[in-house]
Amino acid sequence: MVENALIDWSRAQFALTACYHWVFVPLTLGLSVIVAIMESIYVAKKDEFWKKTAKFWMKLFAINFAVGIATGIILEFEFGTNWSNYSWFVGDIFGAPLAIEGILAFFMEATFFAVMFFGWNKVGKKFHLASTWLTCIGASISALWILVANAWMQHPAGMEFNPDTVRNEMVDFWAVALNPVAVSKFFHSVLSGWMTGSIFVIGVSCWYLLRKREVRFAKASIRVASVVGIVGTLAVMLSGDSSAVHVAKYQPMKLAAAEGLEDGGERAPFSIVPGIEVPGMLSILATHDINGYVPGINDILEGYTDSEGNRVLSADEKKERGDIALAAFKAYRENMETDPEAAAGARKVLEENVEYFGYGYIKDKEDLVPPVWLVYWPFRIMVGLGCFLLLLMIVVLWAERKDRIVSLTWLQWVALCSIPLVYIAGQAGWIVAEVGRQPWAIQDLLPVNAAVSSLSAGAVRTTFFVFVAVFTLFLAIEIRILLKAVRKGPAVDEPEVYNN
Amino acid sequence: MFEYEFLQHYWWFIVSLLGGLLVFLLFVQGGNVLIFSAGRSEAERGLIVNSTGRKWELTFTTLVTFGGAFFASFPLFYSTSFGGAYWLWVLILISFVFQAVSYEFQTKAGNILGRNTFRVFLVINGFLGPFLLGMAVATFFTGSDFIVNKDAAGDSLAPVISTWGNGWHGLEAFTNIWNICLGLAVFFLAMTLGALYMINNIEDGNIVLKLRLRLWLSSFCFLILFVAFLLHICIAPGFAVDQDGTVFMEKAKYLHNFLEMPAVLAVFLAGVVLVLCGIVKTLSSKKFRKGIWLAGPGTVLAVLGLLLVAGYNGTSYYPSTADLQSSLTIANSCSSQFTLKTMTIVSFIIPFVVAYIAYAWRAMDRKSLTADELKNTTDKY
Repeated sequence: MVENALIDWSRAQFALTACYHWVFVPLTLGLSVIVAIMESIYVAKKDEFWKKTAKFWMKLFAINFAVGIATGIILEFEFGTNWSNYSWFVGDIFGAPLAIEGILAFFMEATFFAVMFFGWNKVGKKFHLASTWLTCIGASISALWILVANAWMQHPAGMEFNPDTVRNEMVDFWAVALNPVAVSKFFHSVLSGWMTGSIFVIGVSCWYLLRKREVRFAKASIRVASVVGIVGTLAVMLSGDSSAVHVAKYQPMKLAAAEGLEDGGERAPFSIVPGIEVPGMLSILATHDINGYVPGINDILEGYTDSEGNRVLSADEKKERGDIALAAFKAYRENMETDPEAAAGARKVLEENVEYFGYGYIKDKEDLVPPVWLVYWPFRIMVGLGCFLLLLMIVVLWAERKDRIVSLTWLQWVALCSIPLVYIAGQAGWIVAEVGRQPWAIQDLLPVNAAVSSLSAGAVRTTFFVFVAVFTLFLAIEIRILLKAVRKGPAVDEPEVYNN
Repeated sequence: MFEYEFLQHYWWFIVSLLGGLLVFLLFVQGGNVLIFSAGRSEAERGLIVNSTGRKWELTFTTLVTFGGAFFASFPLFYSTSFGGAYWLWVLILISFVFQAVSYEFQTKAGNILGRNTFRVFLVINGFLGPFLLGMAVATFFTGSDFIVNKDAAGDSLAPVISTWGNGWHGLEAFTNIWNICLGLAVFFLAMTLGALYMINNIEDGNIVLKLRLRLWLSSFCFLILFVAFLLHICIAPGFAVDQDGTVFMEKAKYLHNFLEMPAVLAVFLAGVVLVLCGIVKTLSSKKFRKGIWLAGPGTVLAVLGLLLVAGYNGTSYYPSTADLQSSLTIANSCSSQFTLKTMTIVSFIIPFVVAYIAYAWRAMDRKSLTADELKNTTDKY
């Protein structure tokens, strides 16, 4: 019997690792673009100032990069150590993107990171610039494949269940790789990393302005970063829009939880905060049609008819079909060697009900509802902060272009204080995506209680606290080193600029 | 070309090759063990850390890709071994995680724990990384305590397919002397390779002198332990699989595998000869600095040969001592034909990857690392 404590500690450990990983990764994604642009300007203009500017941000990039790698390897191996049943049940599909990520992206990142960091005096300017860009591209390709894997868990496609091997098997690689959810997710996540990099650079630069240090450096950095950030944020918003449509279509419970929508319907309202609603807005966001039907939590549990006229089964009916599928699977396995006829009959029943196979593992229909507050509030935090940060970047770019950024002390303070906000927005986004799909490890296919490894809850609790200690230590050290490095400064400004 | 059996063998070959490359790249760990014993002054230690520090990400990436490729091609191994031998893998991971941050953090102002603590982390990983990975590979020959029951998926309350037979979850591997033997052999091999790599990569008379002394010790220990392990697996019964997939114990199975697969034997022997050449030539001539370029490829070939012997010719590569019929073979643990075929197409890109790594490596290592270079640059750890 799989204990609840084991499931919860395993979830907690995976969530912990993923959250920490996402502290370091977005900065890697964003800063890599910003330094690559800065180095490109250096190569084009042959101005040493830009080289020093790029090198300073590269130094901060490197401090952050290593911890991202450290948390990343644990995340990859946790699929095996803590979710071993998952690894077999869908490894045939899920393993491929991870292997491709390693072959295509990680080697590119690792090889060219070394050239970018140590190669300034060892290789030519152009080779060095190419290495910086390849590090950046490698990071994005790596994000692409892990997001393909994640998107597949949100919207499984391109596979078939094989009762002989007792697993899902890939039948269409392109359906997995070009999953529409993966495409939106890629742009939404990677470009949110651009936002993080951009706000980080703007915030740190504003600190220099507040201290009246490194003024030329700070202004130049703000110029590059705010452009990257604005482009990133607009793309994040566009991909967020298509993500909403996908969630409505493939994961209606996640959407209902994100809206705290108990009972849905046509012209569903969008909740800004509890008590304040925009009528019809949710229907527009979810279906791009004001009359579109959006089911609430109760509708999903009780069954409903969607806007295309299809009847969606109630939770009880799905559970019933899941039980039939599981019983047919058992009958098939028992008879497959001794009674081919009975096995063939069982297989037919299984195939008819296989769509609901995962529901056979659900104990209680209430388990199908994720913790609503933990989806509702993070969603508002993510969207709210995203809008605020876009506005901030526009104002900062405007102030820099009008040459007023140096005198607007309040703006410098706001920008500096916004650094934690961009991290909170990113974390909130992943909480919406991952908590919102509970209890499913793979939507409708495999709930977490059937995905977990057979371990003692105590063992996982121990490693959970070990990882808490290790990751927190790394984060504390990283922040302290970053602060010291920032305080020391790039020292690139000429004295006359400083005096001006 | 893409028959199922061929694909299974192809992917076992790729995984074995990655395993071989990983053991070669463990020279980073082996080199780090010597930070304090071969580097007496700060300048010397800085040279060692920066020499291995320019390669550590390749080792790390190879480890990650080895894991990813194993997952994609033999998911039942990923699920059974990682989920079962939990503590062994967690220990391996933690040691590598500390290594990953230590290079970057060690000399930075504000690093809280101080320079030497991070270097001690590098030394700990330098020992534990190769030792534990070696132990994990040894279980491919000595067996592990697990049961695979695919019918369990039908039980809605306890649907876990692979279960471990004891509460030690991997720590019991320490109780088998042969696991320890191969673990230590891999550790001393890594140290040997580390010394050979740095003799080639660092231009500093003092360090090179000390590295040569360490090389005597490490290569001697490695050879004794490795030969002992090799003799043991050649004599001891091995886990054989017959035509219909039934696993049974066969006397001297691995020796038979070597003899029945002359190509694999040739690869293995070529590897061993190259490793020996690299060590002997370096120890016998003070001017000879290219030992790593003999012993490194030699390691890749020898490990490749050893892993092929563990998986080819009707052999269970991850045997179960709890239930012989639960043992994993390349046929019963692999991905579907479609997935293996898809991954095979992806694998055609590997030569390009190797080519750009080699190109970048040459460009960066054209000149050996010197104390002067480190003194005059900020581009260092």
